[in-house]
Amino acid sequence: MYNSLVALASMGGLGIVLSVGLVIAAKMFAVESDERTEQIETALPGVNCGACGYAGCRSLAEAIASGKAPVNGCPVGGLAVAQKIAEIMGTITEAPARKVAQVLCKGGCEEAKQRAEYDGPKNCRVMNIIQGGDKACTYGCLGGGTCVEACPFDAMYMNENGLPVVIEEKCTGCGKCVEACPRNIIILVGEEYGVHIRCRSHAPGKEVRQVCQVGCIACRRCEKECPVNAITVADNLAEIDYDKCTVCRRCVAVCPMHTIEAQEGKPEIPAKIAG
Amino acid sequence: MEYLLLFVATVLVNNFVLVQFLGICPFLGVSKQVSTSVGMGIATTFVMVMAALASWLIQHFILIPLGLQYLQTLSFILVIAALVQLVEMFLHKSIPGLYRAMGIFLPLITTNCAVLGLALNAMLRNYNLGESLVYGFGAGVGFTLALILIAGIREEIQFADIPKPLKGQAIALIIAGLLSLAFSGFAGMI
Repeated sequence: MYNSLVALASMGGLGIVLSVGLVIAAKMFAVESDERTEQIETALPGVNCGACGYAGCRSLAEAIASGKAPVNGCPVGGLAVAQKIAEIMGTITEAPARKVAQVLCKGGCEEAKQRAEYDGPKNCRVMNIIQGGDKACTYGCLGGGTCVEACPFDAMYMNENGLPVVIEEKCTGCGKCVEACPRNIIILVGEEYGVHIRCRSHAPGKEVRQVCQVGCIACRRCEKECPVNAITVADNLAEIDYDKCTVCRRCVAVCPMHTIEAQEGKPEIPAKIAG
Repeated sequence: MEYLLLFVATVLVNNFVLVQFLGICPFLGVSKQVSTSVGMGIATTFVMVMAALASWLIQHFILIPLGLQYLQTLSFILVIAALVQLVEMFLHKSIPGLYRAMGIFLPLITTNCAVLGLALNAMLRNYNLGESLVYGFGAGVGFTLALILIAGIREEIQFADIPKPLKGQAIALIIAGLLSLAFSGFAGMI
């Protein structure tokens, strides 16, 4: 009986001493933090993808709480998250511009010429270092699927043709695939734009024809056809200026290589023509 | 000399992770990158030295005088948990950069059985205060060494063509086994 009482008293005493010590320490080492930071952090998606440009959700929460970042700074969470944060901060907001990833290469196993058998690791960065992979085109997709692996939202997959496909409903525009691609063929584009020149080859037209059935040969037909001068051909490659593009699809019709592609469900943006 | 011997014995011959199989959770969990494993190792070493000190004091000033040695486990866990909390608060206030870099690892050390094992082992072997501290430091260094070794290997095999069923944790466990086998070579050295 006596023993158990001593045990109880000593352990209880130890616990109380430690907890009092911790309370004092907590007061001494108290760090003043904005309580809104915590609230904002819980409202954010919490995947720490870095699409906002900050190191993680915590950093963005701190930046928003201190007014350094806008309340709609999280492109992943979209309007729902922006509104929640706006409520915490006591302001109103509009939806952040949503961007989705676009793969600018159409040269899969069928269209692009293969120049060698590749039997190494299925990783684009490795393939890029080892003689630039197995395809003859040195600008296009390597087909290793590193972008798919990098996607934290399962918004990409490799199709049977060996090309990555973006599932736009799932894509949050975090840019992880853009970083992962050693060939820089993935870009982030505002989701409303539905016309893309899916080639990044700066090789002369003749060379492109030799290695790929769907590459840009820089024939300039799209440049001439575009009513708003959104397309320019420079260094053997047509490029689209999305700020000017009205998604009229005229370039798609004239492209002889079918490099320019129109996506369904993205209508023309007529407002821009007037402006 | 005695202390040096004890130190080497703790780091290599009786390595906490690879020979005594303590602290396997952080060993597998925080060993994907060398940089984070170094941070974890340093934090754990610090806590281990502090735990060796605190547990020695508790043992010799509370438990033994009162004849309560059977409450070792309970009281040591209590002290270690409080200690980690204290370290966390201190870091948060004075070195916020380090606090952020360590992140979730710090509170995780509370549940690292290597720290408790160290405290219990030191009492089992009747170490004096100096020996306890050296033992704690050696255990921490040994833990860090094991963590860096496996992290280095895991970084190297990232691009290796590992068969699918063995990817991830499976290959990590195999590496851990091989490392442990290698460390068994130190047995009987001291």
